Amino acid sequence: MTNHYIDLKNSDCILIMGSNAAENHPIAFKWILRAKDRGAKIIHVDPRYTRTSARCDYHVPLRSGTDIAFLGGMIKYIIDNNLIQEEYVKYYTNASQIVSADYDFQDGLFAGFDAEKRSYNKKTWTVEKDDKGIPVRDYTLENPRCVYRMLQKHYDRYTLEKVSSITGVSKDNLLKVYKEYGATGAPDKAGTECYALGWTHHTTGSQIIRAMSIIQLLLGNMGVCGGGINALRGEPNVQGSTDHAILYNILPGYLKMPTGSLDTLAKYNDKYTSKSTDPQSANWYQNYPKYTVSFLKAMWGDEATAENDFGYSWLPKMDDGKHHSILHTIDAMYAGKIKGFFAYGSNIAVSSPNSTKVRKGLQKLKWMVNVNLFDNETASFWKAPGVDPKLVDTEVFLLPASASVEKAGSQSNSGRWVQWRHRAANPPGEAMSDGTITMLLMDAIRALYREEGGACWEPILNLKWDYRNSLGRFDPVKAAKQINGHYTKDLVIEDKTTGAKEVNRKGETVPSFAKLMTDGSTSCGNWLMAGSFDQKGENKMMKRGKEDPTGLGLYPEWGYAWPLNRRIIYNRASCDPQGRPYNPKMKLLEWVGDKWVGDVADGPWPPLADKEKGKLPFIMKADGVGAIFGPGMVEGPFPEHYEPLEGPLAKNPLSGQLLNPAIKIFKSDLDKVANADQQYPYVCTTYSCTEHWCSGFTRWQPWLLEMMPEAYLEIGEKLAEKLGIKNGERIKVASVRGGVECVAMVTKRLKPFEVEGKVIHQVGMPFNYGWRFPEGATDASANYLTPSVGDANTFCPEYKAFMVNISKA
Amino acid sequence: MSQELIKLIDLSRCTACRGCQVACKQWNELPATRTKNTGSYQNPPDLQWNTWTLIRFQEHEDRSGNVKWLFRKDGCMHCTDAACAKVCPTEALYHTEFGNVSLNVDKCIGCKACVFACPFGVPKFNAATNKIYKCDLCYTRLQGNQPPACVQSCPTGALQIGPKAAMLDKAYKRVKALGGDASVYGDKFVDGTHVVYVLPEKVEVYDHLPKHPQIPLQIIVWKEFLKPAGLLVAGAVVAGAFLHYITHGPKMPEEETTSEGGNKS
Repeated sequence: MTNHYIDLKNSDCILIMGSNAAENHPIAFKWILRAKDRGAKIIHVDPRYTRTSARCDYHVPLRSGTDIAFLGGMIKYIIDNNLIQEEYVKYYTNASQIVSADYDFQDGLFAGFDAEKRSYNKKTWTVEKDDKGIPVRDYTLENPRCVYRMLQKHYDRYTLEKVSSITGVSKDNLLKVYKEYGATGAPDKAGTECYALGWTHHTTGSQIIRAMSIIQLLLGNMGVCGGGINALRGEPNVQGSTDHAILYNILPGYLKMPTGSLDTLAKYNDKYTSKSTDPQSANWYQNYPKYTVSFLKAMWGDEATAENDFGYSWLPKMDDGKHHSILHTIDAMYAGKIKGFFAYGSNIAVSSPNSTKVRKGLQKLKWMVNVNLFDNETASFWKAPGVDPKLVDTEVFLLPASASVEKAGSQSNSGRWVQWRHRAANPPGEAMSDGTITMLLMDAIRALYREEGGACWEPILNLKWDYRNSLGRFDPVKAAKQINGHYTKDLVIEDKTTGAKEVNRKGETVPSFAKLMTDGSTSCGNWLMAGSFDQKGENKMMKRGKEDPTGLGLYPEWGYAWPLNRRIIYNRASCDPQGRPYNPKMKLLEWVGDKWVGDVADGPWPPLADKEKGKLPFIMKADGVGAIFGPGMVEGPFPEHYEPLEGPLAKNPLSGQLLNPAIKIFKSDLDKVANADQQYPYVCTTYSCTEHWCSGFTRWQPWLLEMMPEAYLEIGEKLAEKLGIKNGERIKVASVRGGVECVAMVTKRLKPFEVEGKVIHQVGMPFNYGWRFPEGATDASANYLTPSVGDANTFCPEYKAFMVNISKA
Repeated sequence: MSQELIKLIDLSRCTACRGCQVACKQWNELPATRTKNTGSYQNPPDLQWNTWTLIRFQEHEDRSGNVKWLFRKDGCMHCTDAACAKVCPTEALYHTEFGNVSLNVDKCIGCKACVFACPFGVPKFNAATNKIYKCDLCYTRLQGNQPPACVQSCPTGALQIGPKAAMLDKAYKRVKALGGDASVYGDKFVDGTHVVYVLPEKVEVYDHLPKHPQIPLQIIVWKEFLKPAGLLVAGAVVAGAFLHYITHGPKMPEEETTSEGGNKS
């Protein structure tokens, strides 16, 4: 989240779209209801009417997979009705910059598309720069090539008629939402958006979120109380997992994973260090090398020296142009290319798309190590219904792990608040924390390397590897301190103007990432976490201070919010260029005298109006402004509506390009797709519920299973009537990839859509179920139905829009 | 009763997360049963001997054709004029100092009179133990100055507990703020319940929620008239017999009775 959970109560209008917040983020919903108590409008846009809709002011149903059309229509409405926060748009975004003459968009494709490679050459996706290298700006926003006018031109096609026909949303409902949300463009009003997997689980997921970011920039809602883009992260501490880089393509703190062609530290740093010649741009990523070097020091300690590039060559590299998402990994597994698989706290046989392909892929492994609290469909894939164990050669190790309450450590919530947890109970039997399991495994690997040698021994034997406590178990505090960082030697820094000396002793924890160095004098496992301990070694993640001096719910003494305890990021944009808060009733920041008062400001520099020392607000961007034109995405600088991989239409109503042109298409024999196919006429989505956790290890918990015992398909009354299906009856639901049997839940909460003149029915199914438990459970994993395809930027699978057929069982 | 408490259930804040349904089971160590999905999120389908609170899910189309999903936390209403306590022959069901109806399970003889009597269908019988069970408003927690487990678990503040007057005041203020068809339910019958609802919709819209709950007539007749009358009559018979004994003495055998048989010759 750019903001945080408690801040939701400060909003004037909350759009919940791409989220079923009341069901999947029930505690967070408390704050949304507090906003409602204050008179805020709460809007729920979702294919289904859910428990969230029941508590919102109103529900707007839309066809799954059409969010960009909906949001594009909102962008057009905001521009046409002049609802933008004008000063904010002019000075704090790139709206005023001039798009290069070569940039173009025709019939669904941007300039530079290579159809064979399914990728873009982005060299035309640039803006004009002056001779100093600073973007040229037209603050009148009249230049037809300025970003604002190019934005207007791009969304000109997203008329109410077109958007209604694509999404199935009535024009009345479109206008209702656009008007209500657009009103937050007033400088003293704030609107916020809550999204989760309803937005990320699409082939255009990242662009859906980009579309909302554009809206928030147009309305001046970024960096203000009650505003922002609030991603509600997942149950398995997804926020913590991405912060600490449990993803193939990033290093801790969202640093980039290097590819093989970046074979020296200098090349790597050069590629990713942001450059700017604008004195008013803070360009914070110019400090990138400090974070890289400090990270390498954290990995290899004293073995990492300036002479060996701080061990950069020991860091694993990705092959250029190759990706290793779960979709790629499963594809490689199915092709027999993967020998061994560590499945930590995961159950891909239930939670990954195209379960048939996944489960057949697992059969080709030589070994699997499954670390979990319970057995599951992945660990026991070899004895699933229909599998003959005699024909499976995989050796499976099931290691019992301790649950989150059975170990100490930090958890990062969606609001970037990192809170330390103590151990509440001892794990049962031989169960151990993942940390201990990993540590003992690596100890054994290192011992083998010492005895037998082996390829690439340096990174393994040179590792800094002293994270154990006196009992030989993983010590989370030691690891947390390593992640925070420390001085590797005594470091005295003298301020030349004042003569003041800053004395730092070897071993002291660094109090801020602003202290990190490129010369190896600091070590830091994750630059965002620098400051989670103070220099005396006190763990700020343990703080539980209930003071709230601003009254805005910031609670600066509770836990540690990265970065640097900043509670709302981009907060400089909450003030005008003179440093006066846009909303005097909610002073997130104010420039008083010679400093910022309120939240931890995005840098101490004066506001923009100070021509000498003032800085632009979006300090993480090279040009210092929010990106309306966003060339960083793989499929285009402006979000464009494309249909899901498998949808009801043969033609995209908005252009000649049916699908996202940059998505990876997998081609195994199990990757069948049935687009606009009469045999699979219904749009289906999948989701979770309050009662179950992801792939369903909660099925082992009797009180939870009692409430939600088995899989069901939610099907609207009209479709049920057409098919002669009664509520509670057993039915079969199938896609071209596979089918399941489950209970029909006939409901008023799903209504058919009128899309391009045809009636299209929407259905949905929870994904939490599988054959392993409870006894007698059917193999009703919803992911038998879903396709192996994902977002073009992140490869997050398209779980939420595909086509099915339904019949009586 | 100065400690009289009311648990307020504000349905306008309920998201049907069912934290309360699970918290109740956890605190009271009630087992789960194996259920089936019969086409609803509601499970188990009704209150049971081992399910003392249940979130009811109800799809409703209002006058304008808008779909609404209504959630209601069902469970014991803890009536002041409680039919169950009235009819219980062993006083297993009794009122506490907080106004709730608590249950001393050891005294329950499984007669099921309360099951018949309750206008809300709350007490549930377990054939295996021959006893009834129901919510006791977490009486032992109240004695320890803790809120009931359900109230503790609720993330949105839909469940609150506090002194009677203050909670009724809150309820009426909330109903006023909500407007529309909202109403307070509970304070106007059975001499007032200690579980009070803020209902966003009209009472008749809700499944399983009686509009005018009252103790069944038979029980009133039995308890208020027949039983006292019967006791009175029984008492009079005993008193009469006693008086007769004191005044006329015990019944003695007749004096004409001979000791020999009649046919002597």
